[in-house]
Amino acid sequence: MKELSVDAVVANIEPVTEFVNQYLEEQGCPMKVQMLMDIAIDELFGNIAHYAYHPEVGPATVRVEVTEPPLSVILTLMDNGVPYDPLRAEDPDTTLSADERAFGGLGIYTVKKLMDDVSYEYRDGKNILRIRKSYGRRPNHEATE
Amino acid sequence: MNINQTVNGSSLTMCLSGRLDTVTAPQLEEALKNSLAGVSLLTFDFADLAYISSAGLRVLLFAQKTMNKQGSMVIRNVNETIMEVFEITGFRDILTIA
Repeated sequence: MKELSVDAVVANIEPVTEFVNQYLEEQGCPMKVQMLMDIAIDELFGNIAHYAYHPEVGPATVRVEVTEPPLSVILTLMDNGVPYDPLRAEDPDTTLSADERAFGGLGIYTVKKLMDDVSYEYRDGKNILRIRKSYGRRPNHEATE
Repeated sequence: MNINQTVNGSSLTMCLSGRLDTVTAPQLEEALKNSLAGVSLLTFDFADLAYISSAGLRVLLFAQKTMNKQGSMVIRNVNETIMEVFEITGFRDILTIA
């Protein structure tokens, strides 16, 4: 398990991504899964940077761990900003044409679809968002190998 | 991210490398705003693009909406991760992926 606390600003998306990738590399996590985690960091840390403390700046903590079974990456993002449960946002209509579509609203939806679990809680004055992606034996996705 | 642009008459090809995310999407949006006038075929080459987040989808939607009015848009060499993002967001149906 590794943890990093930084200011929640857009400029820190890249250092956070590199911190997580370095850990996942050490753990032998497949490149594909690393990229999915990178996308999730862009969406989730980006949201915290834009909204949690707006218009001020505050801290965010990112914790990454690899656990098993099933072999999984768990990423936890924590901030002390405005209480906000991103999972309550309504899913976008993904059947609309380009001209019918409004901009935005796809970030958290993409994370929900790419990950195996996404959970949110507000505890001790903190937004705690936790995502999990498994890549080893997957009890719910058997017989694919 | 790097953007490599090639113009051939009214065709514009943009080769993107790196990642299209919160930090880099504004770069692409600006390049498009500066270059799309008079373009009837916009081609994106994603051969060297690692992944895309929703900030990148937003700019691709802007490009698609613009090209729907003035011509067509094609995306080539989409990797597996990017295709997965296109599929779950329905972008696979609104974009032309060659």
